[in-house]
Amino acid sequence: MKTLIKGGRVIDPANKIDGVLDVLIEDGKIAAVGEELPDDDAEIIDAEGLLVTPGLIDMHVHLREPGQEAKEDFLTGSRAAAAGGYTTIATMPNTKPVVDTVALVRSLQERAREVGKVHIEIIGAVTKGQKGEEMAEMGDMAQAGAVAFSDDGHFTKSSKVMLNCLDYVRTFDKVIINHDEEPSLVEEGVMNESHRSAMLGMKGRPTVAEDIAVYRDIALAEYADAKVHVAHISSGRSVELVRQAKARGVKVTAEATPQHLTMTDSMVQLHDSSTKINPPLREQKDVDAVLAGLKDGTIDCIVTDHSPHAQEEKDREYIYAPSGFPGLETSLGVLFTDLVHTGKLDLYRMIEAMTSAPAKIFKLNAGSLAKGMPADIAVIDPELEWVVDDSKFYTKGSHSPFIGRSLKGKPVMTFVDGEMVMKDGLVD
Amino acid sequence: MGKANVNLRGKDILALEYLSIEEIQTILETAKEMKNVIHRDIKKVPALRGKAIVTLFYEPSTRTRSSFELAGKYLGADVINITAGTSSIVKGESLRDTLYTMEAMGVDAIVMRHKAEGAAEYASKVVSPVIINAGDGAHAHPSQGLLNLFTIMEHRCPDGNFKGMKAAILGDILHSRVARSDIQGMRKMGIEVHLAGPKSLMPRFLFEEEGIVVHDRIEDAIKDADVINVLRIQLERQKSGLFPSPREYARIFGLNDERLQLAKKDVLVLHPGPMNKGLEISPFVAYGENSAIQEQVQNGVAVRMAILTHALAGGKE
Repeated sequence: MKTLIKGGRVIDPANKIDGVLDVLIEDGKIAAVGEELPDDDAEIIDAEGLLVTPGLIDMHVHLREPGQEAKEDFLTGSRAAAAGGYTTIATMPNTKPVVDTVALVRSLQERAREVGKVHIEIIGAVTKGQKGEEMAEMGDMAQAGAVAFSDDGHFTKSSKVMLNCLDYVRTFDKVIINHDEEPSLVEEGVMNESHRSAMLGMKGRPTVAEDIAVYRDIALAEYADAKVHVAHISSGRSVELVRQAKARGVKVTAEATPQHLTMTDSMVQLHDSSTKINPPLREQKDVDAVLAGLKDGTIDCIVTDHSPHAQEEKDREYIYAPSGFPGLETSLGVLFTDLVHTGKLDLYRMIEAMTSAPAKIFKLNAGSLAKGMPADIAVIDPELEWVVDDSKFYTKGSHSPFIGRSLKGKPVMTFVDGEMVMKDGLVD
Repeated sequence: MGKANVNLRGKDILALEYLSIEEIQTILETAKEMKNVIHRDIKKVPALRGKAIVTLFYEPSTRTRSSFELAGKYLGADVINITAGTSSIVKGESLRDTLYTMEAMGVDAIVMRHKAEGAAEYASKVVSPVIINAGDGAHAHPSQGLLNLFTIMEHRCPDGNFKGMKAAILGDILHSRVARSDIQGMRKMGIEVHLAGPKSLMPRFLFEEEGIVVHDRIEDAIKDADVINVLRIQLERQKSGLFPSPREYARIFGLNDERLQLAKKDVLVLHPGPMNKGLEISPFVAYGENSAIQEQVQNGVAVRMAILTHALAGGKE
């Protein structure tokens, strides 16, 4: 069984490739990437004018299993991923119950194999119940294949607990992903603390809350010579802290979301909870700093923080609505439209941040078109114009602030292990 | 001054930022006429006969709720009151479903108080009756902002020209919807706004605008003021660590007779109520000759009659 993707612009940062080339798939693996590959008995896919990249990787999604299937499940979430050009996604453990035992990791891995349209990796909790008190059995979970650990959604208040956890996971060479907002400063906050929040009377989540938390984690990682990954960085000052830490050789990495790269708190409207996210949308100077950090490599990768909620939960008073919105189906379109087509972000760097960079941090067998790798591939039409329509979403989530936007750039095919799971936006 | 072409019929009254100068002037002008109605023996005009108004209050209120109710009744409307403690809200009914229920019963206006900032604006997107914001969290309290302007106008500028006046707003600006509506309304009408209070009760980043001045000491804000609006201090703010003690607050930030002397001689003292006398304002000032605090209550009925008339009947009696 052979497939030949012919004549597309292949961008494969893991192998420093950028050129018009063919990609040959054989038995679910990459067989060859090269010019004018022979097409004898292969099924031919014409990719002229299209981009061919490793399947996108998103290390920060919330698939909501177990326990919150009204928001999302492995089937709908992985369909959304396939529609968005993703072939590997990692789901966060802030579920009901929290994924903090090997039994839960194994059961989710089985669900992923049964219903997943793409590869679903499981992130385990750092502490039991994500309470920030007792260490979860990270060794068991790591040996069962948990890809990383995170108490995402919560900041581990005790620095002692976090230091112990950073030390402990070194045996298993895993990364801890931290949601960095110092809790006492964001307790009731619903949006960035800024001129906009002051005028609206809304309680703020100030950048200093993120800066303190990011610095605490950098200090611990530096002291313990351990690895820490900063989730969804949003404050300009925090980006600078990571930049300085990296320059000193601290093993810190970071990720940013399309929303924190393109949207500001001026877009917060009182009647529409879609812009309510944690950390919140910041001011333009922060957005500029996050983008600069992505460009210079301070920020390693792009994630969506895909956080679907049921329509009923999100359609209510802004301050009571839960935080987050679904991002898997809009990320590439938003990034192309606002950053690549406007010349603010180099296409190659963007693909790197969505493929080889996360693969390297989390040691994934993905994100590369090298011979023998799983044939996980995204084919993208960078010129395709479309309008975001939530009635066509595969996710159960709604209330994306991108609904109704005209975008340019969209994945048109997704291959997982050599099998086409999405074509022209349609997933089985 | 009321412009003939101003028509507010069907308009949600959510915050003063959404009203034009002409619209504010028109409401204030109508409030003058309404004040005469309140002084009549038979307090009834038929402007809103056949209209149904519901007051939907998720937070306690004496002045605002009863003045909206009386305003509606003086205008001939049918008014019913729903409060959180005695409705399906205690059974956990969502705001959205409660609004749908009101709409299905055919009400023309919903006067709403809610502790969530933006609740009224959200309601305006959910249902079709006119939404009148009677206070949403720390965001806005437009009828209070208008009645403050009306009270100032009666005393200081019967011609409706507020320009060049100096107003001091004192106290807990951070949590105050009254302060935000005052700032919006006063700035629109050309009043210079001076703010003072403990810095821990002052929002950061509010004051990146012209015509708004923040002072470290309340004496500097009061100096030569035409109007002083003293905000209510909620005692729970002390418990949450925003100021050390009521005693210290009164001593350093309270409006007393001595500090009042710094203002213009005929300065007008306002307070949205309910007052903590001896805390943010001394009893002497509260009941003194510069105080218009009781008058604000009466003006509240007149202004709310004006708001309801314009929003529900286009201002026509």
